[in-house]
Amino acid sequence: MSDTVTLTIDGQEITVPAGTTLLEAAAQLGIEVPVICYHDATTSNGLCRVCVVDVNNGRLLQAACVTTCANGSTVETRNDRVERSRRTILEMLNSAVDLQHAPAIQTLMNDYDADPARFPNAERREHALLDDNPFYVRDYSQCVLCWRCVQVCADDAQYTFALTFGGRGFDTHIATAFDIPMPESPCVFCGQCVGVCPTGALKPKIQWGMEQGMTPEQIRQSTRRRKHRVEYED
Amino acid sequence: MDSLSIAEILVPYQGRQRDALLPVLWDMQTAFGHIGPDAVRQISHTLHVPEADIYGVMSFYSLFSSEPTAKTVIRICTDPVCGLAGADEAIHNFCRRLNIHHDEITPDGKYAVSHTTCLGLCDHAPAALISQRGQSETAIAPLTPETDFSELLTLSPYQSIVRGDILLKGVDGGNVESLADYGNYRALHHAITILGPDGVIGEVEKSGLIGRGGAAFPTATKWKMTRQATGQPKYVVCNADESEPGTFKDRVLMEARPHLILEGVALCAFAIGATKAYLFVRGEYPESAWRLQRAIDEATHAGLLGANILGSEFSLDIEIRRGGGAYICGEETALFEAIEGNRGFPRIKPPYPTTHGLFQKPTVVNNVETLSTIPGIVEHGGDWFRQWGTEKSTGPKLVSVSGHVQRPGVYEINPGITLRQLLEGFCGGVIGDLQMVLMGGAAGTFLTPDQLDVRLTFEDLRAIRSTFGSGAIMVFNETADIRDILRRLGRFFKHESCGKCFPCQLGTQRQMEILERADTPLVGDRERLRDIGLTMTESSLCGLGQTAASAVLSALEKWPDLFAVKGQPV
Ligand SMILES: Cc1cc2nc3c(=O)[nH]c(=O)nc-3n(C[C@H](O)[C@H](O)[C@H](O)COP(=O)(O)O)c2cc1C
Ligand code: SF4
Ligand code: FES
Repeated sequence: MSDTVTLTIDGQEITVPAGTTLLEAAAQLGIEVPVICYHDATTSNGLCRVCVVDVNNGRLLQAACVTTCANGSTVETRNDRVERSRRTILEMLNSAVDLQHAPAIQTLMNDYDADPARFPNAERREHALLDDNPFYVRDYSQCVLCWRCVQVCADDAQYTFALTFGGRGFDTHIATAFDIPMPESPCVFCGQCVGVCPTGALKPKIQWGMEQGMTPEQIRQSTRRRKHRVEYED
Repeated sequence: MDSLSIAEILVPYQGRQRDALLPVLWDMQTAFGHIGPDAVRQISHTLHVPEADIYGVMSFYSLFSSEPTAKTVIRICTDPVCGLAGADEAIHNFCRRLNIHHDEITPDGKYAVSHTTCLGLCDHAPAALISQRGQSETAIAPLTPETDFSELLTLSPYQSIVRGDILLKGVDGGNVESLADYGNYRALHHAITILGPDGVIGEVEKSGLIGRGGAAFPTATKWKMTRQATGQPKYVVCNADESEPGTFKDRVLMEARPHLILEGVALCAFAIGATKAYLFVRGEYPESAWRLQRAIDEATHAGLLGANILGSEFSLDIEIRRGGGAYICGEETALFEAIEGNRGFPRIKPPYPTTHGLFQKPTVVNNVETLSTIPGIVEHGGDWFRQWGTEKSTGPKLVSVSGHVQRPGVYEINPGITLRQLLEGFCGGVIGDLQMVLMGGAAGTFLTPDQLDVRLTFEDLRAIRSTFGSGAIMVFNETADIRDILRRLGRFFKHESCGKCFPCQLGTQRQMEILERADTPLVGDRERLRDIGLTMTESSLCGLGQTAASAVLSALEKWPDLFAVKGQPV
């Protein structure tokens, strides 16, 4: 088996080590393939599919972040099929999730001509704000389900296993066991989940407080509260 | 069971690991009607699985509950065929008689009424699954709005109409074939004493057998690759998750001919060099699971399974796993995840199961019907199998026919006969005027009366951009409303999407919403459905999302007026 593969991406030929993903190969040619769920430091699971590209005009498009380069293949990173998928995914995501604190996704929406009002009367994934600990708040109405927080909490980094998924399909949400408040879970407040969140779903308490117009003193007061409780906002 | 405590239930699981999670959850769910925080804490200690993970796993499966439920939960199927047969009215009636709403528990805690996806009893629609605390599940059909609650479990057992001489030989409904009826495992004996593993694979290759689970993959190729793979140990997994709406052939096989399946599993294990096999039976098929278990016990007792089979070096342990209620677990890699004790999220392929399957080991996963053809092929030779079917669709093939036909049931057909011959000959004709046929299950496509002369083969169906799929054929006459059928399909996929990848997780919800308003569509709904459908089809991670719009897209093509808005161009 040879150690390198040669393929054509958007008309340019490139030779890369076997095992290189299409995303990495494209980047080497200066071609930027959009991503949402992909993150250098976490396992790629091919979730968001905005990175799909057309390989050999196949029946299925391939997620560039998890598909390795195959010798002799011809890849188009942006054609009509690819654009339709990316645009539709973005429109559907925007119709379900509050993306106001996700500037990178907003930029993609513009780039792909995604209509923010494409899906009228669509059910949104709305969740009450969870303010149950002194360090961060959780607003799952802004969660895109990239899985990064669950992964860094588990075997991608911290081995704490405080987080999981509840429900399935459209109703999937990030949860603790039986939705217990963070302080009752195994969470050690390492902050890694907050660090990898691509939207406003996980925010340091201080940042969130300032956005709410609280004074530093008010924020300090609120983080010092001894008895933590879940607060619901309607 | 009532008296067993959580700790007592866990005794047999001491020393076990995560892969025992599904069986433990089943034991808890059955004993207590739900799985609460105490149970999860103790399971976590026993199996060394984080509590959050256990919660995540149970919340994935429909048949597990984290909240207390009623003593008796009645789940009525609302998929297309049961829908036609009055499932909605049945739910309504049951709720009214109990004076509760859908999903509510009666004040005395005795009953709750809910709905479910297809139960594989489409030939007796409408069907229901009864879960009674302290006992296993029972599937009943047909249900009438008058069915007495106290008689739910004493309804006379359903008897499917079946016709066939090879796989369905001697099956006349109701009877379970005992080992004495079936005879010793002659094909297995022949394989062990004469053919050897390569000889077995050779006959399977000669037979031209194509997998019956839906993906239409050549069976011998899969077996050869797994045999050649270097990883150890190797596994055989029998996919008995049959959840494709309109499909019930595997149920009939499991209920009537368990030994045929077991012998097929044993032959596969012998051929690829596996000593452990799993039968993954959907949770909604309790009858299949216990009949298979009884057959395993019988065969083990007779020395046909277990250690040193028929006095040879070959040993095989077969274990049954009950699914927790999730269509996605029929997808082979999601099925592995379920056995391993995880949420049923499908994996990215490659790597493929032949090298990285169950527990990341080389694995053959085959459908129940596929494995049932193996004993005949091994005993009589691959050429024997080719006397049925066509060059590319060899051997007899089972189809499940339901809906508006005189005799809905499971039929063994000789591929190459036409759809018309099946419906008019085997099924005794269509009731009323044929409007359409949903071919291949919820993930299939619609056919119209002008297409009745299509030959039922993999290649002929592919040529008209349809599919055998799981062999489900749902027939609808002029009284059926295409919008109603599409709505039920939309709800099915929304309910069953695993939620892993965005196109399917979001697309099944948006698709359902548009299908729900099919009677009064909004301007642009047709285009929305097309964009959602093509995006799911081309960009989803697994076969569920890739086919979740298949029926809808075929309907849009066949009936251009669907979703048209008055005064607006289509
Ligand atoms: C969503 C989904 C559900 C499936 N359900 C089943 C099933 O219930 N039974 C089955 O045998 N195959 C099912 N399959 C196909 C399996 O992934 C796999 O291809 C099959 O079990 C292989 O067996 P075969 O080669 O004998 O057909 C399903 C596939 C998908 C994508
Ligand atoms: S297509 Fe995506 S969301 Fe749907 S079942 Fe497969 S992985 Fe899950
Ligand atoms: S970045 Fe590839 S699927 Fe999300």
